[in-house]
Amino acid sequence: MSAVDGAPVPMTAKRRGAQLAMLAFAVLIVMGAYASVGVGLDGKIPSGMLTYGLGLGALMLAAYLVLARFAPWGDPLLLPLVTLVNGIGIVMIYRIEHSGKLGAGANATTQLMWTALGVVMFSATLIVLKDQRALQRMTYTAGFVAVVLLAIPAVLPGKFSEVQGAKIWIKFGGFSIQPGEFAKLALVVFFAGYLVAKRDVLALAGRRLLFIDLPRARDLGPVLITWAFAIATLIVEKDLGTSLLLFGTFIAMLYIATQRTSWVLIGILLFVGGAILAGMAFSHVEARFNVWLHAEDPTLYDAGGGSYQLMQGLFAIGSGGILGTGLGLGHPQNIPLSFSDFIFPATGEELGLTGLMAILMVYALIVQRGLRTALAARDPFSKLLAGGLSFILAWQVFIIIGGVTRLIPLTGLVTPFMSAGGSALLANWILIAVLVRMSDGARRPPPQAIQDEGLTQVMQR
Amino acid sequence: MSELTLLLIRLAFLAALWFFVIAAVGVIRTDLFGPRTAPAPSRKPAKVVKPPSRAKKGDPRQLIVTGGPLQGTIINLTETPITIGRANDATLVLSDDYASSRHARLFPQDGQWIVEDLGSTNGTFLERSKVTRPTPVPLGVPIRIGKTVIELRK
Repeated sequence: MSAVDGAPVPMTAKRRGAQLAMLAFAVLIVMGAYASVGVGLDGKIPSGMLTYGLGLGALMLAAYLVLARFAPWGDPLLLPLVTLVNGIGIVMIYRIEHSGKLGAGANATTQLMWTALGVVMFSATLIVLKDQRALQRMTYTAGFVAVVLLAIPAVLPGKFSEVQGAKIWIKFGGFSIQPGEFAKLALVVFFAGYLVAKRDVLALAGRRLLFIDLPRARDLGPVLITWAFAIATLIVEKDLGTSLLLFGTFIAMLYIATQRTSWVLIGILLFVGGAILAGMAFSHVEARFNVWLHAEDPTLYDAGGGSYQLMQGLFAIGSGGILGTGLGLGHPQNIPLSFSDFIFPATGEELGLTGLMAILMVYALIVQRGLRTALAARDPFSKLLAGGLSFILAWQVFIIIGGVTRLIPLTGLVTPFMSAGGSALLANWILIAVLVRMSDGARRPPPQAIQDEGLTQVMQR
Repeated sequence: MSELTLLLIRLAFLAALWFFVIAAVGVIRTDLFGPRTAPAPSRKPAKVVKPPSRAKKGDPRQLIVTGGPLQGTIINLTETPITIGRANDATLVLSDDYASSRHARLFPQDGQWIVEDLGSTNGTFLERSKVTRPTPVPLGVPIRIGKTVIELRK
């Protein structure tokens, strides 16, 4: 039998050239943005442009080389797309830093340093994690790590863990990290491993009522535990965002694993019920709902912790209009915390609807690459992990951007890769590294047999 | 700096941003339309047992999972054989109690794809009939392995 006729074997393209070109393009756009900010602020190109630009370029080149060496079949687009949003985030933080007294707290140099650390973590993850299926063996370890990470700020005294009402930090000295950001990753690993093992019982047992398949009562256990956990996060740590993020991700992964709509309905009902109960019982949650529903109320606008920030963000997006005021020409100093939670409205004012849509498209493409990896992955664990990681990224973008545009109640989450904040940046770079690792496994052509016939096959791994 | 210059800078930046997005979509175009260098048939397809309706434009290019837990998975066909089973080193890894670890394989021969059962416990089915010896697979005919159904597509 002659299976191969000497013709060269066609393979999936690696697209390394395209990746390098897109990476250079992204760095150029970021340098352009930086120059444009300088022109807008003081009418001349800032002196730091080359330093910043070349710094970012060198970092990304290093990340590219690691990727080309350790994950040659990895997805060609993830790195350039992430570079662009991360770079635009740095430029916006630089711009806010130079916008007057309320810009205090923004520091572009720190953010660039965290980006560098993020790239280091990205490279380290790619080098250490040779095969994502190693994570499957750590299912319950990952779950335990996630719970510990989430619980630390809750049990620490407020002096070490509370910033602006949210008890989600670990502070020591001048240094603070948000363990919840890393817990997210560990939880997705845990959910993926757990659901691969249990999905058959979750999907098949149960009976049918009307048009949905109801699960058995005892199979509700994991959902109820995760729900209780999410509500506990909400109450103890006063962190609506993380709570919504974790529970939503669990429901989405449950749906990916079982394809049963009933889980989604049960999840939504549980969460809405829990949120309404929490809203009635706890004043800080109720205050969030009030601000969302009656943001235009003048008394709320003037009240401390009221809708002032939210409305300033909306005014900023409104004054940006379709084309924006131009970089460096807006008034981000009018929005409190414009460098972290409200970086999106601040960007919206200067880039307008056109720019915001482009940035949202970049996020959508990152998520698309992740979901594409999930589709192409060959084993169920990788499928669930890639699906879960892409979903958590998309869900986070939705929660924060929905919050600042007043579509849903505002919750304190970071805009991935854009907001100032080291922990989130590091965690998200690790997330991208895991996605790249999985896309490498999924796009790699199947191993070639050296024999044509027979039971013995040589497998490359 | 005049108003006009600022306006031009603004528009140029937005244009560059969108150009980046469009370029990115261009890179992933292959996801939608398949690679431009499709595996060319090295020979004319020999006698096909059941002539597929659209066989004139060439050979199958993709293997699509149409049923079971991995539904929606697409594997691009090259000249290399594809193994299916529960073993971790299979091309398509199934997590299915009804599949064997090395269940079946698909390989190209003379421009056709052949399915061969590798001594599985529960058997491989081409449409309704059990595969007992290497059998050519026409386009779009379902192959059932445990709970998984796969098909060849162009």
